[in-house]
Amino acid sequence: MTDTVQTTDAGQRLRAIGGVLMMSLGPVLMAFLLSGVILLILKVNPFSYYGYVFGRGLLSPTGVQATLTRMGPLLLIAAALIVAFRAGIWNLGGDAQFLVGAVFCAAATPLMAPHVPIWLGLLAGAAISAIFGALWALVPAFLRAYQGLNEIITTLMMNFLGISLASVLVKLVFLDPATTVPQTRTLAVEDRLPTLFGTTISSGLIIGLVAILAVHFMMTRTAFGLRLRVVGGNASAAVHAGLAVPLLTIAVFAISGGLAGLSGGVAILGQYGNVRADWNPAYSLSIVPLVFLARFNGFAAIGFVGLFSILSIGAESAARRTGVPNYFTLVTIGILLVMLAVSEYYSAKRQKAGA
Amino acid sequence: MTLFTDTFLIALIAGIAAAGVPLLLAGLGEQLSEKAGVLNVGIEGMMLGGAYLGFYIAWATESTGLGFLGGILGGMLVASLMVLFCVRMGLNQIVIGIALTLGAEGATALLHHVQFSRLYPRLSDVATWRIPGLADIPIIGPALFDREPVVYLAVALVPILVYVYRRTHLGLAVQAAGDKPAALDSAGQSVLAIRSFAVLGCGAMVGLGGAFMSIVGAGVFVPFMTHGNGFIGIVLAMLARGRPLWVLFGAVLFGACLSAATALQVAGVDIPTDVVQMLPFVAVMLVLLIAGRNAKLPAALGAAYVRGER
Repeated sequence: MTDTVQTTDAGQRLRAIGGVLMMSLGPVLMAFLLSGVILLILKVNPFSYYGYVFGRGLLSPTGVQATLTRMGPLLLIAAALIVAFRAGIWNLGGDAQFLVGAVFCAAATPLMAPHVPIWLGLLAGAAISAIFGALWALVPAFLRAYQGLNEIITTLMMNFLGISLASVLVKLVFLDPATTVPQTRTLAVEDRLPTLFGTTISSGLIIGLVAILAVHFMMTRTAFGLRLRVVGGNASAAVHAGLAVPLLTIAVFAISGGLAGLSGGVAILGQYGNVRADWNPAYSLSIVPLVFLARFNGFAAIGFVGLFSILSIGAESAARRTGVPNYFTLVTIGILLVMLAVSEYYSAKRQKAGA
Repeated sequence: MTLFTDTFLIALIAGIAAAGVPLLLAGLGEQLSEKAGVLNVGIEGMMLGGAYLGFYIAWATESTGLGFLGGILGGMLVASLMVLFCVRMGLNQIVIGIALTLGAEGATALLHHVQFSRLYPRLSDVATWRIPGLADIPIIGPALFDREPVVYLAVALVPILVYVYRRTHLGLAVQAAGDKPAALDSAGQSVLAIRSFAVLGCGAMVGLGGAFMSIVGAGVFVPFMTHGNGFIGIVLAMLARGRPLWVLFGAVLFGACLSAATALQVAGVDIPTDVVQMLPFVAVMLVLLIAGRNAKLPAALGAAYVRGER
């Protein structure tokens, strides 16, 4: 008796684990497959393309260090998105929050650095980036909280505004007078975030990991996180439960924008040292599908961000060798997002058929 | 003021039309789709699809007419993916919308790269239709009544859509599909068919708008050239509260912001390009701040229709 119960239990658990794996990895595999077909149409051997991608992004020593360094800001973006999405808020304005944070950080930190201890300069720089990122998120926050305006549209509009504003600031206001190239003053290498264990990996990676785990536990294990999830799940129920929905909405935007801004700060303090005119890595919209793929789970997000980091570092080198431009990564991400939604569709269908 | 010469005014008003037409078409398309209950965030991708295919066909066949048809087709191609995933399969409209926008950005840039590498071939000027009589009015005449046929078509769509929404069975069915799809179903009409029609119609209009940008506006295709025009179309549809005429007003307003800055630059007033690019978005945010509370959306917007489900 007990034996059969146990086997069905184990079988069910296996099937559940298999289901989760299929739900997460299935779309990834399908996306690679379809992207490979597109490469074939472009008359590029998909195996050699992905060979270059993973050879550079994962297997070469300098490539791995670049991949891990890039993961720092990307993880912070993922953390920003997880807070917002779990609270039911579509913050799609991460690109501008990132850039605005980066620009103000790059403007202020090199001026402070010679006069204060390194740790204080870095701390102040990080704080500035987070504050300006949060400020940039506040306009959509108020519109959503008090006017009920859909934040998808407003954050996208603030994206276009913020990207242009960043380049205006770099070209006209925070210009480094010592160079002819339009860019901000450069933070000296010795004043930047320390690298890890004698490698070139920036300690921004640690900041990113801490942030995403903190966000994960805040959302799943604290009362504040529960309140946010209630607001996200059913806003009118949250009102009936006596939650201050407008205030919570603004808090979510501020945290999310702050983390996105901090991501820009970490990219500057750890890696670039300055902002050049028209610099816009546009990480945020690419991370959106990954956060969905991770089902808003912080641990899973770390894995997917790692994969994306490999892809984006690797694609830069593959672009030079195979002549497939970087745009190809965008196509892959688009396909991935569609595949994800399709897999969700079939799992919902299966569940309904089972019930 | 010497600034307000006739040439300046003509350039300004003609610029409003040039910048406003893509916005108008995007807004009208989004409005149709939203009325039927599909929040179309993929509109930016449809616009790019139209801009690329329209430009490519106009370039390959040396016929702008075929180019505009190609633009319509390009928009509808991207829209057909939206129909498949969001209307038929009922997947999350926002996720698919973002996917289509990202995918179309990548795909059109990639296609352009494969086709032209780093060259940006320019199309010759598009022939205009001169409306006798009206075109002789000073300033307004040459700016508005000696234009490309698509401009007239876009403006003519406004009264046509008003008529369709108010007076026809089809218009009623479209609005029912967005407000109470179950009622439409009970009345014996297919919700999915009506929604598919609306999304494809949206793709056609938006694609035409994209083709207008590449064929008439710029004369070239540049990757990512729609630069948020599709998203502004969503804002127009939100603020218009279902009225096509209000979309026209909005398109003129935002077109004026774009045109004023460009015309000032032409007139020799020095404004950095980045500031010029900011203006329409500043205007959008200001309008949303002032009038945002009045934005109204259909009840079943964003919800997939599954027969028999409540």
